[in-house]
Amino acid sequence: MSLDASDIEKIAHLARLEIAPESIERYAADLSNILDLVAQMDAVDTTGVEPMAHPLHMSQRLRPDRVSEHDRRELFQAIAPLTEDGLYLVPKVID
Amino acid sequence: MQNKSIAQMAAELRLRTYSSVELTRHYLERIARLDPRLNSFISVASESALAAAERADRAIASGDAGPLAGIPIAHKDIFCTAGIKTSCGSRMLDNFVAPYDATVVERLAAAGAVVLGKTNMDEFAMGSSNETSFYGPVHNPWDADRVPGGSSGGSAAAVAARLCAAATGTDTGGSIRQPAALCGITGIKPTYGRCSRWGMIAFASSLDQAGVLARSAADAACLLDEMAGFDPRDSTSADVAVPDYVDALDDDIAGLRIGLPKEYFGEGLDPRVAASVQDAIKEYERLGAKVKEISLPNSPLSVPVYYVVAPAECSSNLARFDGVRYGHRCENPKDLEDLYKRSRAEGFGAEVQRRIMIGTYVLSAGYYDAYYLKAQQIRQLIAADFARAFEEVDVIMGPTAPTTAFPLGAKMDDPVAMYLNDIYTIATNLAGLPGMSIPVEPVEGLPVGLQIIGNAFQEARLLNVAHRFQHVTHWHQGAPSGFE
Repeated sequence: MSLDASDIEKIAHLARLEIAPESIERYAADLSNILDLVAQMDAVDTTGVEPMAHPLHMSQRLRPDRVSEHDRRELFQAIAPLTEDGLYLVPKVID
Repeated sequence: MQNKSIAQMAAELRLRTYSSVELTRHYLERIARLDPRLNSFISVASESALAAAERADRAIASGDAGPLAGIPIAHKDIFCTAGIKTSCGSRMLDNFVAPYDATVVERLAAAGAVVLGKTNMDEFAMGSSNETSFYGPVHNPWDADRVPGGSSGGSAAAVAARLCAAATGTDTGGSIRQPAALCGITGIKPTYGRCSRWGMIAFASSLDQAGVLARSAADAACLLDEMAGFDPRDSTSADVAVPDYVDALDDDIAGLRIGLPKEYFGEGLDPRVAASVQDAIKEYERLGAKVKEISLPNSPLSVPVYYVVAPAECSSNLARFDGVRYGHRCENPKDLEDLYKRSRAEGFGAEVQRRIMIGTYVLSAGYYDAYYLKAQQIRQLIAADFARAFEEVDVIMGPTAPTTAFPLGAKMDDPVAMYLNDIYTIATNLAGLPGMSIPVEPVEGLPVGLQIIGNAFQEARLLNVAHRFQHVTHWHQGAPSGFE
């Protein structure tokens, strides 16, 4: 499996990563090598094998729909890069 | 003082042979003097450690001390600690002080343990050499030019160098067992779900598990007794009763059935490591164990499967680091997309970005069946291999890592070569099973680990099997030169 520069640009955009142009070639080579390793899976016939959903075959536990946590917004927002009046601030999205 | 077992320290603290404040000062002094050679700590919390030690001394004096009262430990910097920075080895979280304690941290604190600080690690636990840390590599105390293993490399080096009595770690594909092997200490990765993941920064949620790095199985049992157990705050926490691990340490192992997977002794294994592991298995035979060859035919596929499943889950888990609510934020973002992209590119190192991109790719439209679904099918086959093996044997043994510690920098330019370090440890995580590494005879002065794998929730058996070996051998007592 070989990825080229345009594949890396597309993947980096999906992953919301700003990749420096000089690093693209290196990432293309590294990711292609990793996908070559992964390609060993192709040799296995998995027809009819149920994909694993949980390593111990446990099902998702649900909790009762009751309030269990109290409001700690101030504590949590104390570590935010930028807040105002209890809101997280980001650059303007809509003009 | 630093060579005593945890049980002995606990007993002497209760007899007031020394106080926890004295013991804590002793370790803090060792860290200040010796850690500059290792870089095993990201944060040292002297003030809060001494305050906790004073509380432990008071609790001991008043007779209501917990089992680990006054014992100085360290936490891998992946566990959230209120009041001490939790960086996860990343620039992304260099400014992050968690507003709460992880369950594992909370439970060990409730048992009276004193937290000396937070240990270095591969960034977001992604690595096998501790070289991907934003805070620089950790040096192996047995040879400063070599890696300690990873991702819990700081915990492993700190325990081996006697800079703390024991440390926590996490293991997603070998991150407790492989550094334990390379640093000559004892490490246990419990069954998936045995210890709570709450407050433990997520890498690959279907594989991550907290565990212990210690100088012996007995010490590891002391910590695991406090850490293990159901936690309603972790939706994948196992609601399964926890036995007393210390109680089971001395159980007889005569008649123990040991399986040796032929796939773990083939090409790629350093013959000197193989010889050391075989000698350890002979010791088990002298202790009355019965050995037979078994096969885990799908285990050679565990590395390829892991490098689909783990990156896929990591790309999803690490999507939360967006520069908005906490963590690194870039300067002067021109719009929201720029804020996301530059904050993430500046905050994450190269290995983390590689894995996020692999994960994004395998989960992208049109590729899901060929990669993620296929990997989860083979994962089922790998787990079935273990299930078949455990019909015939009680534990599985083999090497933890294919070689001893390699030189710093040796594999940093070749991600795939780095990934193959975990060839013997990853299958256990894929199947959700518990695994240990204990030191056996070193090769040319460098530690070698014997891996012991058990069936689900058999931690007590693993610790017992490891302890009986350590009862008749001395490999676990060896201290690296300069750190005795």
